[in-house]
Amino acid sequence: MSIIKIENMSFGYTNSSETLTNINMEINEGEFVAIIGENGSGKSSLIKCILGLNKIQKGKIVVNDRIGYLPQLTEIQNNFPATIEEIVLSGTIPDNVFKIFYTKDDRKKAEDVMKKLNLYDMRKKCFDELSGGQRQRVLIARALCSTDKIIILDEPVNSLDSKVVSGIYDILNDLYKNKGITIVMVSHDVERCIKYCSRIIEMENGKIIKDINSKDYKKKEA
Amino acid sequence: MFETIGEMFKLSFVNRAIIVGSLVSLCAALLGVSLVLKRYSNIGDGLSHVGFGITTVAVGLGATATLPIAIPVVIIVAILLLKVGNNHKIKSDSAIAIISSSALAIGVAVTSVTSGLNTDICNFMFGSILAMSISDVILSIAVSIIVLFLFVVYYRKLFAVTFDEDYSKAIGLKTGRYTNLIAILTAIVIVVGMRMMGTLLISSIIIFPALTAMKICKSYKRVVIGSGIISVFCFLVGIFFSYVYNISTGAMIVIVNLILFLLFTFLDKVIKE
Repeated sequence: MSIIKIENMSFGYTNSSETLTNINMEINEGEFVAIIGENGSGKSSLIKCILGLNKIQKGKIVVNDRIGYLPQLTEIQNNFPATIEEIVLSGTIPDNVFKIFYTKDDRKKAEDVMKKLNLYDMRKKCFDELSGGQRQRVLIARALCSTDKIIILDEPVNSLDSKVVSGIYDILNDLYKNKGITIVMVSHDVERCIKYCSRIIEMENGKIIKDINSKDYKKKEA
Repeated sequence: MFETIGEMFKLSFVNRAIIVGSLVSLCAALLGVSLVLKRYSNIGDGLSHVGFGITTVAVGLGATATLPIAIPVVIIVAILLLKVGNNHKIKSDSAIAIISSSALAIGVAVTSVTSGLNTDICNFMFGSILAMSISDVILSIAVSIIVLFLFVVYYRKLFAVTFDEDYSKAIGLKTGRYTNLIAILTAIVIVVGMRMMGTLLISSIIIFPALTAMKICKSYKRVVIGSGIISVFCFLVGIFFSYVYNISTGAMIVIVNLILFLLFTFLDKVIKE
């Protein structure tokens, strides 16, 4: 079943130029999709359109579920004075319910997610005391508190060392294979995308130039 | 010292100032945490200048009650300034500088052609505990209760928007609504607190307590609570020394805030080493 559907979508940061041109794609439940391409090819702009952060000029995007989002680490205030627990809990916030305090269910959900990602024992630690890999785990946990259906990640392993990168991919692989969570990830790491993802979308100059499963992509690359 | 404190509490204008000042300091400090973390620290300064400009225009036009005129105007400017902050074409610090200097210039020009630089205008510029009338006290209490109520009700959402606005938007929060809420509450607190702290010093009670609390508190909740406590403490100490040494109240409160900030910065360094 389709969870995201994009039809004839175009987007530009100014009215005179198009960053994304005539994008058509569909993401189905249970897929692990990598969006790859050179810098400036439109990968991050595309996911920001899906998330509603960029206002599209043409076409339409239909999203059938609440999305959890993992922004680039550079977009996060690394010296923010908040504990892991506070950040993970903030993922449970809905807009349509008048709730002043976190409920027992919210706390249970955050606790389960933190235990799953080995964050529970350090939940009182401040965000600014964490390493890059730990911060990414916190942000994945927050995304999982928002939804257990689909998460979108914008270059989740950028500027992390290789050991930490493997750990992050293991977590994503577990979410995809064992928890059935749909994952859409922007990445430059083609090799790992072929290894872990089920489908690869390649972009160039704001257009999708390839959209195939990762095995076929590997054969074509070879 | 206790004799002086007892003497202070016998004076009705001091009691009024303590009630209003404590409430305004508390509200300013709570909002200050979000403003500092969202890098909107300068907005308090800009809004206070706008508050001064509109107040002098109101006085020049013969208005007796200035707060009902100043509050809506400053709210509109606050929303515009935060909107500019999200617009990458104009730098928000430039917009704040333009608006604050223009508002101050209009205020000074209007003062020159109307009342001249009298005590009232000086009180607006530098603050005075004598400036608080009973109607100011009632309005300040009402406004402060509303600010505190809204802050508590929207605490979780304000946290989410302050930490990561894009994420909050992506999961469906109406982030513009909460950014506007911060702007509106800040504008109200600034206009209400301006009479006592002064146009030139009011922004410091927004920024200092939050920065001081962040030196030692390692969770958002503690920073918010710590900021509130520090702010009220600095206000009370400041007003005491202001009374004893006959120094401008606003200036004394800022000096106490500065001393505490330097002390906490030193403590933070010692702890880290």
